[in-house]
Parts: sequence; C-alpha cells; structure tokens
Amino acid sequence: MGQYLEQPLSWTNGLIFAGAAVALLGIVLFFVMYAIFFQRKILGWMQLRIGPNRVGPWGLFQTVADVFKLLLKEDIIPKKADKALFIIAPVLAFVPSFLVLAVMPFTENWHFADIGGGLLFYLAISSLTVIGVITGGWASNNKYGLIGAMRGAAQMISYEIPLVLSVVGIILMTGSLNLIDIVEKQQSMGVWFAFAQLPAFIIFIIAQLAELGRSPFDLLEAESELISGYHVEYSGFRFAFFMLTEYVYIFAMASLTTVLFLGGWSPMFGLDFIPGIIWFALKMGAIVFFIFWLHATMPRIRIDQLMKLGWKVLIPLALLNIFITAIVKTAFM
Amino acid sequence: MAALYANNYLIVAIFLFLGILLPVGALTFGRLLRPHNPTTVKRETYESGLEPFGSSWVQFNVKYYIFAIMFVIFDVETIFLYPWAVAYDQLGLFALVEMLIFIALLVIGLIYAWKKKVLEWN
Repeated sequence: MGQYLEQPLSWTNGLIFAGAAVALLGIVLFFVMYAIFFQRKILGWMQLRIGPNRVGPWGLFQTVADVFKLLLKEDIIPKKADKALFIIAPVLAFVPSFLVLAVMPFTENWHFADIGGGLLFYLAISSLTVIGVITGGWASNNKYGLIGAMRGAAQMISYEIPLVLSVVGIILMTGSLNLIDIVEKQQSMGVWFAFAQLPAFIIFIIAQLAELGRSPFDLLEAESELISGYHVEYSGFRFAFFMLTEYVYIFAMASLTTVLFLGGWSPMFGLDFIPGIIWFALKMGAIVFFIFWLHATMPRIRIDQLMKLGWKVLIPLALLNIFITAIVKTAFM
Repeated sequence: MAALYANNYLIVAIFLFLGILLPVGALTFGRLLRPHNPTTVKRETYESGLEPFGSSWVQFNVKYYIFAIMFVIFDVETIFLYPWAVAYDQLGLFALVEMLIFIALLVIGLIYAWKKKVLEWN
C-alpha cells in the first residue's frame, strides 16, 4: 500500500484502495466470528465445560450459524420507540469502530492511511461510539435500556480521559502522533513502550477494558441486573450490529495496544525471518486472549468503585506519568 | 506530497463509506429474508414480563451531567497537551514550566471537585 499512497490519484489506485479496504472489512468480519467462537470455547475450558461443539467439526461453524440465524430473525421495533433514532443507532455505533482501522499500520508496508495525526484520529473517532450507545438506549424507550445507556456513557467518557492522557507519555518520547513513527521509535530504542512507559501501559490496559465494556467493567451490559443494557429492545440484525461493534473494537483496541506498547510488527528475540504481519497477529492475539481470560477471572465491580478508580486513581496517575516523562526527558537531553 | 495527503483522506473516506454501506446493505438485504409480522403484544416495550407503565423518558440524576462537564474540561485539556507533547523537543524547559502551571490549575479543579464530594457515586 505504501507505494500507491505516494502516486498521484488515478482510477486504478482508487480501486486498489477500495479493494484493500473491502479485504480488510472481510478480515475483520472473519476475526469477529472466530473471536466470538474462541471466547465461548476459552470460557468453556476455563470453567471445565466443553463449549460450543455441535455445528461443524469442533463447533467451528457455530458463529456462522448464529449470524444466519440473526439475519433470518424478525426485526421488531417497539411501538413506543423513537423509530428514526432506533434505526440510526446501530449504524452510528458501528461506523466509528471500522473507521478507526483506516489509520492502523499492520506492518511497514501493510497499512492504509498514513496521516500525521493518526493517534489523534483514532482517539477522536473512537469516542463517537458513545453517541450510538446513548441514541440506542434512549430511542428504545425502555427503562433498562436507558439506565444501561446512561451508565455506559458515564463509564466511557470517564475512562476516555485516562486513556488519552496515558498515551501523552509515548507522544513525548516519540515526538510524533503518527503510528508508524511510534513503532519505528520503539525499534530504534530497542525497547517496547510497554517497559519504557510501564505506568502508561497499565493505565491504558485498564482504561481500554472500561472503554470496551469488558469484564471487570461490563456494567453497561450487566446481564444479571440490566438484562443487556442499551440494546435490550434490539432484535435480529440490528442487535447483531451492536455486537459486531463491540468485537470490531476489540480488534481495533488490541491492534492499537500492539502498535503503541508492544512494538507493532517488530520481531522478538531476533527472529527476523518470521514476517512482521505474523508477529503483529501473535501480539494482537495475546491481547485478545488476555481480554477473554479476564472475562473468566474477574467479578464485575460496582459503579461507585468504577468512578472512584477512574477519577481518583487513574487520572492523577496519568498526569503524574506525563510529568515524570517530561522531566526525565529534559534532564537527559 | 499533495498526492499523499489526498490519497490518505481518500482512504478515510472509503472506510467511512464502507462503514455505512455494511449495516445499510445488510439490513436492506435482510428485509428480503426475514419475516415481518408485527402484533400489538410483540411491539410492547419489554419490562421483565410486566405490563410497562409510563414512559422511560424521564428526568435523570444530575450526577451524570456533572461528570459530563468534568469530561469536557479534561478532554479539552488533552487537546492542549497533544501538540505540546509533539513539539516538546523544540520548546524546552520554558514550555515544561508553562504546562506544569496549566496542569496545576486543572488539578486544583479536580481536588475541589473531590473535596465537594462530586466524585462520589451513591
């Protein structure tokens, strides 16, 4: 992709971009299907169950069957709902989740848009999903839906601040917002930002779990008290799009963590002969596994604990990290 | 350089278009496959099996509003921090002190909110 970006725009190049974007969409959809399958399998194994094992060999086609089932389900819009907003909400939630992948570099050659403010683009666009969540919850005119949406919004905006503050340390060390520059800086330093910026890494991981609404921060779904939160009135494929958004975000967030903290596509232990894309996939897979693992391990925390952790612990720590990084940088320059 | 710029934002536009096309396309296609048979009972709002009473578009706890305001303040702060962090190498010690003062003012605000028990949730 890199060489096509430098050429002046022509119809051929435009079609190549479009084709590559469609290919990425296909990969992401495939990832989502098998991420859901492996999540159920891993949770099953961790709880000494078998997990899905009926559809296809080892249950491999379980999620494929689920997608077709959802496609054939009747689409129910409640009488009291705000119909226009009810229809728009899943689209509003899904679009940013895919749009953020436009700036994600998978290797130095396999990337899409290489814009100067890539990291800022990611963080700005990803925060738009909260509008989809709140629209969906409010438009349903359902008490569980509204409580779930309000909680979700409060949680997502509260944890967005530590998330964006934690990466400032990395920007200070790199001097650039471009995601490719950030990976190259890690290569030239010879150490991942996960170690060079350890406090930022910990804050980022915690805040990203809350942004994704995964355990132990799955308050916006809270099956046992809110049924399923903001999408309780959704059925069929509209529900599927909320589900899809959640898993596309897992893909995007795991990719972003890999790029920012785990050296992106750079090889480990000097194993240069393995292509960069495989390293990227391995590191990303490890983070996705970590997220599923926590799902089996951690209980859900209460909302007051959630707010306290975000505002009283993570934000002061993130601010402190910025200043320690800036002062250390000035002292050793 | 200009070509690079145009190409990058063309890609962003393609992603935006695809992101809208997928849900719209899938839902339109699904209309051909799925049944459509709404009844009054089916279109009732779900409320744990009870008959729903009233609307759920009610006034909400003001707590959420205060957190939203705090979010705006701190999010704007990060918008100032990003360019500072990018240009830090060229700015040097003076910018560090200036940013320390800027953050200190915001931290005072956070401490004030903390003391006023705005950050408590109960």
